[in-house]
Formats: sequence, C-alpha cells, structure tokens
Amino acid sequence: MSRLERKADQKLRHFVRWNEQRVGAATGIKMAMRYVFPDHWSFMLGEIALYSFMVLIGTGIFLAAFYSPGDSQVIYHGPYTLLRGEQMSEAYRSVLDISFSVSAGLLFRQVHHWAANLFVASIVLHLIRIVFTGAYRKPRDLTYYVGLLMLMLAVLEGFAGYSLVDDLLSGMGLAIAYSVAMSVPFIGAQLAYLIWGGPFPGSSSFLPRLELFHILIAPMIIAILITVHLALVMRQHHSQFPGPGRRERNVVGTPMWPAYALRSIGLLFAVAGILFLVGGLIQINPIWEWGPYHPYLSENGAQPDWYIGWLIGALRLMPNYEFAIGNHTIIPNPFWGGVLFPMFVFGVLFMWPWAERRLTGDHRRHDLLDRPRDRPVRTALAAAFLSWVALIFFVGASDRVFYRLQISYVGQIHFWRIAIWVIPVIVFFLTRGVCRSLQRSGSHPLRAWQGVVLQRGADGELRLVDVSPDRDTPPDTEEPVGTVPGQEA
Amino acid sequence: MNFLARLVSILLALRTVFRARPRQPEDEDDAAQNGADAEYDPSEREVPNNPSAERLVALLLIVAAVFGFGFLAVYIILQTNAQWLGGTMGGMLVALAVACIIAGKKVVPQETHVESRDRLLKEEEAEQVVEMIEEGGQGVSRRGLLAGAGGVAGAAFVAAAAAPVASLGPRLGGIHKTQWHRGVRLVDDQGRPYLASDIEIGSMYTALPEHGEPEHLDAGLLVVKLPPDKIHLPSPRQSWAPQGILAYSKICPHAACAISLYRYPTFQPTSGPPAFTCPCHYSTFLPGEGGRLVFGPAGRSLPQLPLMVDSAGYLRAAGGFHEDIGPSWWNVHRGES
Repeated sequence: MSRLERKADQKLRHFVRWNEQRVGAATGIKMAMRYVFPDHWSFMLGEIALYSFMVLIGTGIFLAAFYSPGDSQVIYHGPYTLLRGEQMSEAYRSVLDISFSVSAGLLFRQVHHWAANLFVASIVLHLIRIVFTGAYRKPRDLTYYVGLLMLMLAVLEGFAGYSLVDDLLSGMGLAIAYSVAMSVPFIGAQLAYLIWGGPFPGSSSFLPRLELFHILIAPMIIAILITVHLALVMRQHHSQFPGPGRRERNVVGTPMWPAYALRSIGLLFAVAGILFLVGGLIQINPIWEWGPYHPYLSENGAQPDWYIGWLIGALRLMPNYEFAIGNHTIIPNPFWGGVLFPMFVFGVLFMWPWAERRLTGDHRRHDLLDRPRDRPVRTALAAAFLSWVALIFFVGASDRVFYRLQISYVGQIHFWRIAIWVIPVIVFFLTRGVCRSLQRSGSHPLRAWQGVVLQRGADGELRLVDVSPDRDTPPDTEEPVGTVPGQEA
Repeated sequence: MNFLARLVSILLALRTVFRARPRQPEDEDDAAQNGADAEYDPSEREVPNNPSAERLVALLLIVAAVFGFGFLAVYIILQTNAQWLGGTMGGMLVALAVACIIAGKKVVPQETHVESRDRLLKEEEAEQVVEMIEEGGQGVSRRGLLAGAGGVAGAAFVAAAAAPVASLGPRLGGIHKTQWHRGVRLVDDQGRPYLASDIEIGSMYTALPEHGEPEHLDAGLLVVKLPPDKIHLPSPRQSWAPQGILAYSKICPHAACAISLYRYPTFQPTSGPPAFTCPCHYSTFLPGEGGRLVFGPAGRSLPQLPLMVDSAGYLRAAGGFHEDIGPSWWNVHRGES
C-alpha cells in the first residue's frame, strides 16, 4: 500500500466513523451496497425515464427563472427582426427572450423540450415492456398503477409545458383542450370556465395557473410517485427473467457497489449528454416561426408533440356524431376522441392485472418474468391493443401523408375508420400464431439468425441444412434434414 | 319485450364467459417451480487486472474536462450559440458516461450475486396488525353512531374544502353573448373598415368587430364573396348575403381552432363547391349553403352572421349570430339546420 493509498484509507475510515457516530446507518448502507440488480437491457427504460426527469427538473429551474406568464399585449422590440413591432403576449415575449437574449437560454429550452419527449417515450416503452413480460402481476400491480398515474401526469405536464409559450401552435392546442373540457356532458362548460377563469382564451389568471401546475403541482406529484415507485421496487426487488439459478424466491445480478452504480451513473450521463447534444444541435419547436397567438389566427399543417398525437388522431378520425335529443346537444363531438378515448385506454391498462387474475385464476406472487411467447393470448391481446392505439396515433399524421404523398385525406380517413378495427384483429391472430410457433420451435429470432439453408456439399449435391444454434443438432455437424426436390436420385 | 329478453340473455352469456376462475392457492412458496436447477449457484466474483482500461478511463475523464472547460469558454465568448454550447456540454457528459460505463465493466470487480427475496405476507404479523388495530377500539360501545357522525363530518369537511374551487371562474351567465349585433362595422386586423367593393370572389378575408375585443373567441369572421349561382342559403337567410358577400364565425364549432383554409374551385366540372376547412381536424363547411358540414368531426354547421352594406358602401352586421359560436357544450344553441 503506497503512502497515498494509506492516507485515502485513513480519510475514508474517518469519514465513515464520523457518519456512523451521528447517523448509525451501517446496516442500511451495507444492504444498499449489496442490493442486486438483475441484468437485462429492457430494465434500462425506466432508468432512462428517471434520468430524463432529472434533466427536466434541472433545465426547468433555469427556464422558470426567466419565464413570465403575463397575458397583457406588448410590442416586441427584441433582437429577432422578423417579429419586431409585432403585438404579442408578455408570456410569448419572455420565451422569445429566453431563446434569443438569455445566454444559453435556447440550449436549455431545446434540451428541456427534447427531454420531455424522451421522458414520455421512455415511460411508454417501459410500460410496453412491463405488459409484454407480465411484470405487472402480484406483487408489482401496485407499482404498475403508480407508473400509469405517472404516465398520465407526464402527458398532461408536457402539454401544459408547451402551452405556456403562448405561440400560435400552443394557442391552437389550448383552444382544442378548452373545447374538449367544454364537451364533458352537463358540467363541461362550467369546468372549462373554472380552469380558464372565464371563456376562452381565459382571464389573465389562466397562464399563471398553467405555470403553477407545470412547475410545481405536476412535478411535485410526479416526484412523490417516483419515490413510491422506487420504494416498492426496492422492497420487492427487481423482477428477473428465468435463467440458470434464477428462481421465484431469489434475485441474481450485479450488486449496486461498485459495478452497477458506475454503469447506472454512466447511463445518467449518457441520457443527459445525448439530450444536450440533441438539444444543442437539432432544432425543436422554433416558436419564433409560429408567431404570437390570436384566437382568430391559425396555422396549417399543425402537429402537436408526439405524445398528444393519439388524441389528435382520435379527434380527427371520429365521425361527426354528437349525442343530441331533439335540438339539445347532450354530448358534443370532442368528448369521444378527447375524453372517452384516453379514459378507455387508461381504463383498460388499469384493469389489466385484475382482469388477468380473474380470467386465469392465478393469484400467486410472481417474481420471474414471462417470455412473451410463453403467454400467447396475453401477448396477442396486448399487441392488438397496442396496434389499435398506435394506428389511431398514426392517423393523427394523415394530413402529413396527404401533403407528402398526395393520398386523399378524405379517402384516408374513410379507410382508417374501418381499418383501425380490422387490423388489431389480424394482429391478434398473427401474434398468437407466431408465439405458438416460436414455442414449438424453441428458436430465438432476436438472439441469432437461424433456419434452414441450402448447401452444396463436396460431392456436388445440394442439401438443406438446419443451422439453428439451439437445436439438438449443432450446426457444425451439418446433418442433412432433407434434400432438395428434384435432386433426389 | 323481446329485445329486453335478448339483452338479458346476452348479458348472462357474457357473465358466464367472464366469470372468475376459481382462485388457486396464494401461497408464496415456489418449491414446485424451482425444478432441476434448484441447487445451481450462479454467484461469482472476478477481480480484474486491466491497466489499459484504467488508462482509457483516465483519458476519457480528461477529455470530459477539456469539453467542460470548452463549455465555459464558449459560454463566455459566444454566449447564445446553442450549437457550440450544446456540443461542448453534451461532449463532456457523453465522455463522462463512457468513462463510467467502461469503469463499471472493465476496471472494478465484476460480481454476480444472489440475494433472496423477502416473503412479503407473513401470516402471523398480518394477524397481529389486525388485532392491534382492533384493540384500539376496545370499550367503545356506540360504534355505529360514531362512524355515522364521522362520515357526516367527513362529508362536510370535503364539501367545505372543495367549495372555494368555485372562485376559479365565473358562472356561465354571458355564454351566449357575442360582440356582433346590428350595425357593427367589419374591420381588418389593422382596424381598417371593409368596403363591400374590397371583397373579391375567390379570396377569403378575416374580419373583426370595429372597436371590439379581437382576443375574444367570438371576434373573428370569415368573409367571402360567391357568384349568385353558388349561393343556396336556407330560405330565412335569403337577405343575409348582400352582393353575394357571406360572413361566418371563423371559429370552428368542433374544437375552437380558427378556420384558415379556403377551397375555391378553379375547374368547374370536377371540383367540389367552395369550402372552408379547419386545419386542426379538417372539418369542412360550405359557405354557399349556410355553413353546412360536408366532412370532418364537427357536430354542427358553421354559424353564419347576417350582413348588410351601408350607404357609404361599408360592410356591417345586420344582426347577431342566430346560434352559439365556438365549441359546443351541453345544451348549446345549435341553430335550425
């Protein structure tokens, strides 16, 4: 041991003893350092969500120091010449100033926006992983419900965030949100008046309320839910895929200290680093191009951030049906796509663990994950449901398809109104069939290429050779499984 | 009656299909699932000796430091240049990330460890919790009364706590009112009044009420002029379009976006009639037919405003809207058609 190492060792011992004399946490620290993380790439998705949330908090604090939620109309005199002399709200001017006048302001704004997109995307991918591997089963159903609540809040939080800017695009988004609130039967109009402080575009207290929600209420609730989510994960330990030595009652993997901690901190830096590179180099939401919002203005080809796409798809796809008695509207049209559709999707997701328990009678605790193929019906149902939501999401971009490919928008909508019901049924049977055939063959399409190849042997004869890696026959023995028709002697 | 009977039988059939399977035992033990490898122990610990990886990590940390100082330099010199700021900050973070990951995989001991999971439900302890909670109620005789009174108090508390929510917004009182009534002049977004002679066939104009509040939803109007053979208004509206000039609320009755697309047919035999389209959800309305919806999700027609031309040739409203403008709500005034 060199003199330097001896000194470091002494310092460390001194620090640990100092801490123990005051906190007495050695038992807990030992447990935390030995805490085992099972390895699988898909377990990173939740971590990516957590780390993008951290980036959001950091960049968000910076932005909040400059944002002003005022709705009074001012004249712009800033450095962006194309908008000089233009009348706009104080809120929009403050975001233009963040983008053009504050040092590193544009960088932080763009990183914040990219991080929001990544945050919701990683939650959704995490959710898909959870559903397809059965990770939501007891005892993790509670963890799953907390996660679903976070997803709902994350979508609302993202929408609130880009609505604060009060540019033309976000104003149109708020107009749609107002109409969706109005469409709730019986209470809708009063509900919208309460949220907006009066008829659209709302009183001058609306933007401060939206800011309060975006920078305090929603992040605080998300932070509390993250704490609960992670506490539950730690109490129950991570689930794991089946493998050598892995059982229901144990967990096999890398202990937290030192290897896993380093890798996880590495992931944190990677998420933050990629977000800063993307946020610095790739433009997102160039608000100065949209211009200020006035209710009598709109922009063509408007698209929301991706996680609102499923809702705009549903609003666009819905036929013009309103529930009315005589001349009295009971349920206005935006209710179907804007309220009922997301409620149904989240309702199905919330019911999923309970429904599975009820239909299979399986109330046991599960700590080993399922491979999707081993539960063909669940996997097929989940794939069908996912394809239904995904198709509606893509319908939200039908106008871009028309713009790029000149396929009639009206024709597309008429087609999708039927196809979104037909395709998921096909997906169900296709997925179930694929799962069952994978179960029978025992092959791993994602792990290695496998199958039967045509080979010409030394004697010049063509043979079909099975080269699947995990068959009973190793590929190097090249035992013929058959001959080519027509080559038989 | 026949329908009801059929409905009941369908519901009964559904109930049979979805009836819960009998519960299997909830025991947390999994002896049966352990199978053949119950004895297999995957634990291992490998202490590395990898000086080249250590040098690489040190190099990466220095690269990160260079990027970090680079960020400082860019911040001081270029200030608002997002590309250089993001490139240097991102470069630092990515170098740190690679350093940490290589250190985690190559420099420190690699270990596979087996930890056992806690049994979560411990029957005895759960039973003790139930008993301890129940012991807290020993000697209480009027439980029903207390629970009822507690429920009433709780309801009162929730009602009192929730009531101030009503302060957030006004009552719906003026929801049907708009700024448009007989005599209001139509002006453009610079406040210049429109002359009837300004309006040309084939173009679309945005109009606002003179001396009005342009930021309100009811302010915006779409004004177009159509040749007489393209105007087929319902009979009560025959006088609403002087000189073939028509005005509609600019706000889509579906989701309150401003309508900004106007299709005017250039090739008579094949194109459809003149139409307004909302860019948000593509509801399409016919100005020549009183704003009738021909495509898209809007649940009602586009509200029309009656116009007149005054003696000086200016466009004025000849009255208010006959139905509510903007998005629909419960019991909205839909108009006749």
